[in-house]
Amino acid sequence: MKSETGFDPALYDRFPTAGERPESELKELERIWCAPKGWQLLTAVNNNYIGFFYVAAAFLFFLLAGILALVMRVQLALPLQGILPQETYNQFFTMHGTVMMFLFAVPMVEAIGVLLLPQMLAARDLPFPRLSAYAFWAYFVGGLCFFASLFFGLAPDGGWFMYPPYTSITYSPGINADFWLLGIGFIEISAIAGAIEIIVGVLRTRAPGMTLDKMPIYAWAMLVLGVMIIIAFPSVILGTLLLELERAFNWPFFDPTRGGDALLWQHLFWFFGHPEVYIIFLPASGLVSMMVATMTRTPLVGHYLIVLAFLATGFISFGVWAHHMFTTGMPNLSIGFFSAASMAVSVPAGIQIFSWIATFAVGKPRYNVPTLFLLGGIVTFVIGGLTGVMVAMVPFDWQAHDSYFIVAHLHYVLIGGMVFPMFAAFYYWTPMISSRALSERLGKWAFWLMFTGMQVTFWPMHLVGLMGMPRRIYTYLPGREWEVINMISTVGAFMLAAGISAFLIDVARNFRFTTDNDAGNVYGGGTLEWLPTGLYSARSIPVVKSREPVWDDPHLAKDVKAGRYFLPGSATGLRETLVTSPVRAEPQYLQIMPGPSVWPFLAAVFTAGFFILLTIQAYMPSFACGILAVVCVLRWLWDTDRLVKEPEVDVGAGIRLPTYVTGPRSHGWWAMVILLIVVGMIFVMGVFSFFYLYGVQPRFWVAPADLWSLAIILPAYGAAAGLAWLARYMLAREATEHWTPGVLFLCGAIALAIGIGADLWSWIASGLRPEASGQGATVYALLSLEAMLATISLLMASYISARNSRGMIVRPRNNSLDLCVLWVIYTAGQGALTAVLTRAVGG
Amino acid sequence: MSRPISTLRASAEMTNGSIFPVFDPAGPYAGSITTLTWVLIAMFVAVLGVVISALWIALRGSGQLKARLGGTRAIWIGGIGFPVVVLTALLVYGLTLTRNLTAPVPQDAMRVRITGEMWWWRVAYLDRSGRPFMLDANELHIPAGRPVLLELESNDVIHSFWVPQLSGKLDMVPGRRNTLPIQADAPGVFAGQCAEYCGGPHALMGFVVIAHEPAAFDRLMATRRARRPAPDARGRQLFHSTGCAACHRIAGTEANGMAGPDLTHVGSRRSLGAGILPNNRGTMMGWIGDSQSIKPGNRMPPYKTLSAAELQALAAYLEAQR
Repeated sequence: MKSETGFDPALYDRFPTAGERPESELKELERIWCAPKGWQLLTAVNNNYIGFFYVAAAFLFFLLAGILALVMRVQLALPLQGILPQETYNQFFTMHGTVMMFLFAVPMVEAIGVLLLPQMLAARDLPFPRLSAYAFWAYFVGGLCFFASLFFGLAPDGGWFMYPPYTSITYSPGINADFWLLGIGFIEISAIAGAIEIIVGVLRTRAPGMTLDKMPIYAWAMLVLGVMIIIAFPSVILGTLLLELERAFNWPFFDPTRGGDALLWQHLFWFFGHPEVYIIFLPASGLVSMMVATMTRTPLVGHYLIVLAFLATGFISFGVWAHHMFTTGMPNLSIGFFSAASMAVSVPAGIQIFSWIATFAVGKPRYNVPTLFLLGGIVTFVIGGLTGVMVAMVPFDWQAHDSYFIVAHLHYVLIGGMVFPMFAAFYYWTPMISSRALSERLGKWAFWLMFTGMQVTFWPMHLVGLMGMPRRIYTYLPGREWEVINMISTVGAFMLAAGISAFLIDVARNFRFTTDNDAGNVYGGGTLEWLPTGLYSARSIPVVKSREPVWDDPHLAKDVKAGRYFLPGSATGLRETLVTSPVRAEPQYLQIMPGPSVWPFLAAVFTAGFFILLTIQAYMPSFACGILAVVCVLRWLWDTDRLVKEPEVDVGAGIRLPTYVTGPRSHGWWAMVILLIVVGMIFVMGVFSFFYLYGVQPRFWVAPADLWSLAIILPAYGAAAGLAWLARYMLAREATEHWTPGVLFLCGAIALAIGIGADLWSWIASGLRPEASGQGATVYALLSLEAMLATISLLMASYISARNSRGMIVRPRNNSLDLCVLWVIYTAGQGALTAVLTRAVGG
Repeated sequence: MSRPISTLRASAEMTNGSIFPVFDPAGPYAGSITTLTWVLIAMFVAVLGVVISALWIALRGSGQLKARLGGTRAIWIGGIGFPVVVLTALLVYGLTLTRNLTAPVPQDAMRVRITGEMWWWRVAYLDRSGRPFMLDANELHIPAGRPVLLELESNDVIHSFWVPQLSGKLDMVPGRRNTLPIQADAPGVFAGQCAEYCGGPHALMGFVVIAHEPAAFDRLMATRRARRPAPDARGRQLFHSTGCAACHRIAGTEANGMAGPDLTHVGSRRSLGAGILPNNRGTMMGWIGDSQSIKPGNRMPPYKTLSAAELQALAAYLEAQR
């Protein structure tokens, strides 16, 4: 057998080990992973708790946004009703879309991942538990405040897509639009944090032997999801930054009279917005694939094809964004490309559908509640997919676009592709976290009411769209027979709501959260999450030999529970998990995990406070919150990256692994690289905006580029990168007490500041002003991004110095320093590119 | 809400327009899309039929049928081969149609500039050199049987021009000019509505296109060109003293405001308030007196201090502007 890391796979044969493990070992494990009680639960970081809170919170937002929809359906049941006044209705539909997409769908798919992945991969926890806790609390607190804006009439009313110029300060002078822009700031943060967690979790914390080939299909879906989030979200992050800069400081990114362009926003928004649909759909498809296999008691037919389909979907989905813009007057060539790509993306969907059908054909399906939701979801999704093919046909889209036909289409896709699979998953995985399974009888009521209600609500909308009813209208005039159809839709909406109520009753009656006394493998699933678990996940981490180990090894559950595999107890007396190699999942080292802490929670509260207070223009309290948030984050990091006294421990059967590694092997390094990809994508979208506006309105590119200033800027950035690298180099050659690496790092950060300062000065001297033109706005926006990174570098320098003075920057290699050095080198590179690219055109 | 709802009427009703405009095209630009729509509906039914049959076989079929379906070969055929064939055929059809629909119209086609406003439509008939020679609002007259090229622009936010019986929709983007050809094969009246959310009363932003026999169209244009401003002295005086003229223009008078809809031919319009009220003396008085209760959020302030007699005089004056 080949090896990826030099680990000898023959060592796997030592498992399961013979003999009994000492009783005290399990007690110790329980003590170490014991969750805080009462109010202290706010400090919990374990994925069982955070994942459950996360799912519950996302579901709460689903209910809230659903209630908004019901009120809108009442308003539209008859023409010219006055139940919701115009401005309230406009806020309602904006919030319905925004909350469903940003506060329900994306958080929900990440939440289910947080809850399921560690168990499914037999990891003790996700690799960054405190980051999970932070992401959850920032999302929850911020999301509730954002939703509350409705009660004060301050909710955004620009639609969930927020097209300028309607959302510019001229046409939306209130702070409502700012609520949207800043309000989703923390959602962007938590989505990115979740993605980093999920990618590193899937690639680095799989059970030994779980090669990519043996990885559950759901983990594949989540891996693609993570990658899609880190590529797609930066686009909307940049878009919201630019729109807020335009609103707050009058920088004309989207104002055509000063060299901006309204369509720039649409490109940025939909480059995120369309992959977003697949970000929601792929994880659900992963869940469906898992459940179809269990419900038919047969391995998924076409496993590899589905993996390929996920990858293809992820790839193609980045080439379809402009199909939301077919009616903006695009040139035919672009139309052809985006039309073809939009159709191509339905091929991977076809693969998934037919794989599930083939699996049903091979196995003997059981008709329980999850199966019903799966079948209902498949049929509904296929209908939505087919109307999707229809609107990918450009001339038809010219009729259907922005009509109720699209409302029908997108609800079929999202409800069939994500909501029904989610309910199937709720029924299927509840026994994993509840001491009782949900009821089959109530579940069938829930399914049939929801399925029928869904069809009755949304099927007629296809028709009323083709009858000429546009979207986003708060009322309509009598005399066109729209009222009949709208009344049917409203009745359907209440049936759908009744179905969801049946589910809620079921949950109230039967759901009892537990971490160690769950109902068990009720449906007979074959993957690792069905092993007996406690808060520490599986008692011992098994060697995985197939894709459905629980099916293939009847002794597995017993052996795992008896501690006959990896890590039967705690090797260091701390929370820990195995980190394995990305492809073949060979054990590499033992990660020491942080335990409960109040700092992620406080950091999250202050982050949410920062954004919300900034929105209501309470600047001083806002900045105070921002500073406190940074302090809390640093305080939580302070506990991390420490050596334990054993450099190497026995992780079971005499296999010894290190407890501290640095460089590309460490999980921290992976997280930093992914974060830098995110930052890099934000930069790429910024550069795109710069060249896009130049292409559209070159006559506003009048400020001369000062090429001589590069003679200062580029060497400064070069010095920054060199000094940072030198800090790392010197570390290995210095005694612990020495301050040289800290000082070198600080000098690197200062060199960054000099570079950005020189760049800024050069543009100011050339007379360019950010509010003057598209050129000014984009140049200063790119400089602001760079300045932000440089500021973080300075913060890192003080953090490194502080740690060094306490002897915590250990020699010869240290993760904290390594990661900060990566950041500085990246920042220097981006700064140099900024300086060169902004001078490439114009003047 | 205190709103005279009984008078609000969809422009379709005022215009005897179609209930199913997408399936009831009035000209070639909409007609070819209707054909496409039927093809797509057939595709929808056929593919959904295939998928549901396959699902049915998988769940309830005989052992032999299930065996055929249960393997990667079925995925290759049903999930890859079948969609690729259907989609490729559709794509070729769709792109060819797109090219035909965006083909240039004859140079001598009539051109009209329509500018989206919050929440109405500015209409300017253009001469051969592209200069406006006649202004109007919320209503477009065209000759039947000839292509007409619309120049679509916006003065504020994004709107979208959509008269489904004549063509698909096209956005009006500030800072850009999109062109949309339309054609009605026979005389008729066709309703449209703004299709891009533009805030406030976006829901109440209708439009009407009226196609005439070419001879009748030429007569209409000639009559309009030869018009003299209505002589109603009392109404005219009120129009100026009340401030209407600050926002509204009536050609041939001192009224030269450009912020609101041009009222030169308002008396001949079929609807008021951008396609939401039938145009008669009563609705005109109601609109002037308190348009906010009819179309909340529109840019025209209410004139509640005007007496009934004054409203009557103003409405009569405007009614005469034809």
